Amino acid sequence: MKILKIFILLFLVTNFSELRSDEINDVLKNKILKNIRCLICQGQSVYDSESEFASSIKLIVDRKINEGLKEKQIYEFLREKYGNWVIFDPQLNKNTYVLWLLPLLLFLFGGAIIYKKTISSKK
Amino acid sequence: MKNKFSLFIVIIFLSFCFVIFYKGLNTPNNYTPKVNEKKNIPTFKAKDFYSDNYINSDKIFEESTFYIVNIWASWCVPCRAEHPLLMQLSKNQSIKLIGLNYRDNFNNAKKFIDDFGNPYSRILIDKDGTLGVEFGAYGVPETFLIDRKKFIIKKFVGPINQEIVNEIKSIIK
Repeated sequence: MKILKIFILLFLVTNFSELRSDEINDVLKNKILKNIRCLICQGQSVYDSESEFASSIKLIVDRKINEGLKEKQIYEFLREKYGNWVIFDPQLNKNTYVLWLLPLLLFLFGGAIIYKKTISSKK
Repeated sequence: MKNKFSLFIVIIFLSFCFVIFYKGLNTPNNYTPKVNEKKNIPTFKAKDFYSDNYINSDKIFEESTFYIVNIWASWCVPCRAEHPLLMQLSKNQSIKLIGLNYRDNFNNAKKFIDDFGNPYSRILIDKDGTLGVEFGAYGVPETFLIDRKKFIIKKFVGPINQEIVNEIKSIIK
């Protein structure tokens, strides 16, 4: 009876861990697919799109995850094939400096104006 | 003086916005990946159309020959339009054509080849479109020109035309 209990427990534990690893892969897959732009229906992510291109990318991402590739490596693979634009979240490079730094500069500029105004109104 | 300076700044800002938006109006908002970047051909394993055997990419592309990889399907109307041009290119001795049959039904694809002729020295099956992704393709038809050192040197999105054929011929001379 004790052996049977141990077997049942082992069975449950192994199945549970398998389910968990599948779930983790699914979460990662969905996260990646939501961050990839469909090049056929360009306003949509691959996750939302039903185009043939999107379904091929879904298969590729699934395959790459199963091969053990990390999220960044999958993005890098797609970036190499289709360019930066295929990823919704742009990387910081010489083409995107303005995109990343302009809001920060505007924020600092606005902050400086507000600071100057408050100082002068106090005087 | 201060007012004049503010007005100047506002005018500069508005002109800047106008130029940006005007340029935006004139540029197409559909993104096409860069086509003139030199890239290595991907390594892959694919099923041969006629023998059903799997072949490695290094056995397909030999050195010292130019290759054209053409992605096609029997259901693709522009593929029919470019087919006579591919037939014309296949007569050139210094280039080999590889066909990538994209998401197609075997019988339809075979009928297409039987009806219009076979310009390809080898046809590979891309049943789920993943092989096309390895090449960086996102539709059909697409054509890639591969040089003697196994680099993709040109990519043509959409059906090829006589102008493109002439361009390819001038490169492989």
